[in-house]
This record gives sequence, structure tokens and C-alpha cells, in this order.
Amino acid sequence: MSISREDIEKVAVLARIKVDDEQVSALEKDLGNILDLVDQLGAADTDSVEPMAHPLDAVQKLRADEVTETNQREAFQAIAPATEDGLYLVPKVIE
Amino acid sequence: MHNKSVAELSRELESGNVSSVELAQQFLDRVKREDEKYNSFITVSEEQALAEAKAADEMRAAGKATPWTGVPFAHKDIFCTNGVRTTCGSKMLENFVPPYDATVTANFRAAGAVCLGKTNMDEFAMGSSSESSYYGATTNPWGLGAGDKRVPGGSSGGSAAAVAARLVPAATGTDTGGSIRQPAALCGITGLKPTYGRVSRYGMIAFASSLDQGGPMARTAEDAALMMNVMAGHDPKDSTCIDRAVPDYTATLNEPLKGLKIGLPKEYFSDQLSPAMEEQVRNAIREYEKLGATVKEVSLPNAKLAIAAYYVIAPAEASANLSRFDGVRYGYRCEDPKDLMDMYTRTRAEGFGSEVKRRILVGTYALSHGYYDAYYLQAQKVRRLIQQDFLNAFKDVDVLMSPVTPSPAFAQGEKTTDPVAMYLEDVFTIAINLAGIPAMSVPAGFVDGLPVGLQIIGDHFSEARLLNAAHQFQQVTDWHQREPK
Repeated sequence: MSISREDIEKVAVLARIKVDDEQVSALEKDLGNILDLVDQLGAADTDSVEPMAHPLDAVQKLRADEVTETNQREAFQAIAPATEDGLYLVPKVIE
Repeated sequence: MHNKSVAELSRELESGNVSSVELAQQFLDRVKREDEKYNSFITVSEEQALAEAKAADEMRAAGKATPWTGVPFAHKDIFCTNGVRTTCGSKMLENFVPPYDATVTANFRAAGAVCLGKTNMDEFAMGSSSESSYYGATTNPWGLGAGDKRVPGGSSGGSAAAVAARLVPAATGTDTGGSIRQPAALCGITGLKPTYGRVSRYGMIAFASSLDQGGPMARTAEDAALMMNVMAGHDPKDSTCIDRAVPDYTATLNEPLKGLKIGLPKEYFSDQLSPAMEEQVRNAIREYEKLGATVKEVSLPNAKLAIAAYYVIAPAEASANLSRFDGVRYGYRCEDPKDLMDMYTRTRAEGFGSEVKRRILVGTYALSHGYYDAYYLQAQKVRRLIQQDFLNAFKDVDVLMSPVTPSPAFAQGEKTTDPVAMYLEDVFTIAINLAGIPAMSVPAGFVDGLPVGLQIIGDHFSEARLLNAAHQFQQVTDWHQREPK
């Protein structure tokens, strides 16, 4: 199955990855090949098969709603690209 | 000392023939002298290693030594190490120094092991050659004598190359579709991918969360068992980790193999396998027959769908996992973003390499509106069919044996321009991850001077039996002792 340039550009926006025209051309070929590879899945008869999310069919465990972590804001923000007064800085989002 | 196994080094330390600090210094010197040829380390943490070694000597003096106290090893650069840079092979995490330890890291730390550094890998564990690392490709120690630069396999290629080159006796790895077993096979060492949920994934940077599993890489099955004793176990910090008692994996290594029922999946002895490889694998299986095992052919009819299912599920999960790299809280951020969208899209375009971006885009596509049922849901159904094949086979036999790879280590650059050709490298390993079962790679011969791996596959939680089968094989063969020239 092929994938169109428009599809790639749309998916790139969803994935928040900037792609230029040249990259879109390369991706058209590579993603097309990968989708060809996975298209054989369609031929499998899976009518009565339950999808498998965990190999041991384990269910999500829940812990008690208790505070177990201590505040480590300084340690965590020490590795951030930009912070100020204990806040993470990002480009302005509200005019 | 550098040729000694973990078990042997442990005895040397125990008997006082060498101190932890002396041992750490010897191995660090060796890494600094030799690793230029392999590029198997991204970071050598000399200062921390020597501090850990000093603490290990004190631990021993206080009578609190474990089999790991003072033994040098390395972590794949996917395990977070408090205070030591953890890159996952990516520019995105070039300056990332984790403020915490992965559970696997903490376990080795508590046992007194001495971590010499962080090993090279395919970026975010996506690859089968360790060529997609932002920190340069790793070279396989095998084949270098002939002037060839071969890949060590991937994604745990740095760990495999470092162990094969005797830079460390053991290293951690992770396996999502073959990333422990394939590099172990290509570098002639022993590797184990445990049952999904046996080893905690907490602090192990996520690629595909329903498939990722950490495991041991060493030269002997005995050393892999020693690693499993430290790595395995329940962890409340990983909600997918299984709460089940951990055996002493070294206790059953010497069980006799008489009566062991081996199944050979006919789909794994197909024409994809080169005749020379097949001969080596069949010879290894004959050794098992000499040890009293019986052999029969079995079938995994849905195994042919494994690569297709994997290349939907793994990219889909990766696209979700890697959304956390947004340039806000840690890791790379692009220069001078003009607005929030520009920051996200350029940070990710500049911080990720091309294979990682390809997989994020494939995964985003597979999960996007209109395609979810056709791709992701269908792949998860096929996944159950694949698992059922294995479970059916284990009603008849104790373990399955097969090759790990279709051919020995390939040349650097040979498959980098064709993603699908690279994906097919994992044709014999990927179904095991989808089924969540454990499997090992054990050195089993050579083709053209390059190592061949035998894959031993078991039912859920059969790690002790796999290690036993591998150990017994290593008592009657010496493939695992061969050293690259």
C-alpha cells in the first residue's frame, strides 16, 4: 500500500516532527515499503481472536492512593532546558 | 584478569587475590586502551566506577559481600544511572544526567557491582546493527583481524562487543525484537531475553512497552544466571512486572539434560537460512542429542506474520512513548523557537535520527483515525495467534531450538539504506517478543570466521531451564571461550 505526500505531511504534524520536501519524498518510499511489509496482516483470519495487550494477560495493578514520592523539583529542573522561579519556560502561548 | 568470567572474578575477589579497586582500574585501563577499535562505550564513568569499587572493598571488609561485590560490568545506555549521563544513543539525550536509578541499576548497585560505563546502542534501541547511534557505529570485534568492519548486531551491540572484546565480563541489554539475542549471536557471546515482566522496566527508557525486556549478556550461561539473580524480580514501580518468586538461577545449572524434549520449528529452518549456518546449528543440536535429549519437528504456522505484526505494534507504542521528548522538561531543545509548535517540531526533527523518525511516523499513521482497526487491532490479534503457536508447541516439547539469525555478522553500511532489509535480520527472534516468552542465544560455531548463535526458546518463566540447557552445552563445547583476534 502506498502512502501519499499529503498523508505523510498530516502524520508529521500529528507526530510533531518537522519534515521538509526532500524528506517527504524519501519517507514516501520508506513508509510505503514498511506498509507493504505489514499489509500481509490483512490476510490473517482473526475473526474470533481477542487482541492481546499483555503477553500474560495481566491486568493493570493499582497501588494505594498514598504519597510515596518526595518533592525533588530542584533536581528535576536542574536538567531542564529552561526554567525560572521553579517553572518550566516555553515560548509564549497566550498573547 | 580480563579473560575471567564473572564467577571467576567473584572468586578472585573473595579469596583476596585482587581488590575491587585494582580490578576496576585494570578493566578501565583496558577500556581506554582498546575501545578506540570498537566504540562499544558511549560514556566511561571512571570516577564513579572507582568510588563504587572503593565502596565494594569496604562492603567486603564488613562481611557483606555478594557474588557481585567488586565485579566490573557495564550498562546498556538505556538504563538510567543516577549521576551518569544516559543517552539512549540519541542526540535528544546528549546532556541527560538522570536524577534517579533504574531498578536494574539499583539492584546491581545494591549487590556491590562496579559499573564502568554505558554501552553504545542503536538510537532508542531501534535497529539491528548499532549503526544508528548518534555517537557513531560500534564495530564487531570478530572479523577485524581480516580487516573487515562488521556490525555487532543491535540494538545492544555495544554491550555485545564490549563483552566479546573482554572489556567487561558482562553487560546489561534490552530486547524488544531480538536486541539481546541477535548481537549476542553476532559477537559470539551468551544472551538471555527473559519472560516479559520478569525484569523491571522502571528507568529503562521505553521503546515498545508491551515488548521491551531487560536481560543479561555475558560470555557464559553461568554468568548470565548470576546476572538474572540480580535483575529478576517484582517491582511495584513497574505495573507490568510480574509478582512471582525468583529462583536461584545458578542452582539448577548442573541438572542433567537426559530426556529433554527439543522441538525444531520447521519455519525457522527455511530457505532464508544459509546452508553453512544451518550446518552449525544442526551440529549443536546433535550435541544435545549426545547429552540425552530427543528431537522432533514442530510447526509455528503463524510465525511468518511476526515481522508484520511487530512493525505495527512496536512503532505504534514507540510513537506514544517518544512523545515525551518535547524539549520542555529535559533533553534537547532547538535554538530560538518562534512559538510552541515550532519548538516541538524542530526539537524532534533535530533531536531524533532518521530511523527513530520513520518509526514514530509509521506508528502515528497506524494509530491514526481510520487505520487503528486495520493495523493496530489486527496486529494485536495476530500476536495472539503467534503466541498460541508457541503454547501449543510447548504441550509436546520442553524447549525449541533454532538459529538466531539467518546469516553471520554483515558488513557495516550493507543494510543502512534499506530499512526493510534491516528489519528482516530479526526474522527468527521477533515472534518470541510478541509471545512474551524467554529465549537465549548461545555460541554454537563459526561460519567464515564469524560466530553463529543457537537460539533456545522456552515457555513463560522457564529461564532456569534455558540457562541449564545452555550451561550443559557449554560444558561440552568451547565456542563461548573463543576470543576474537
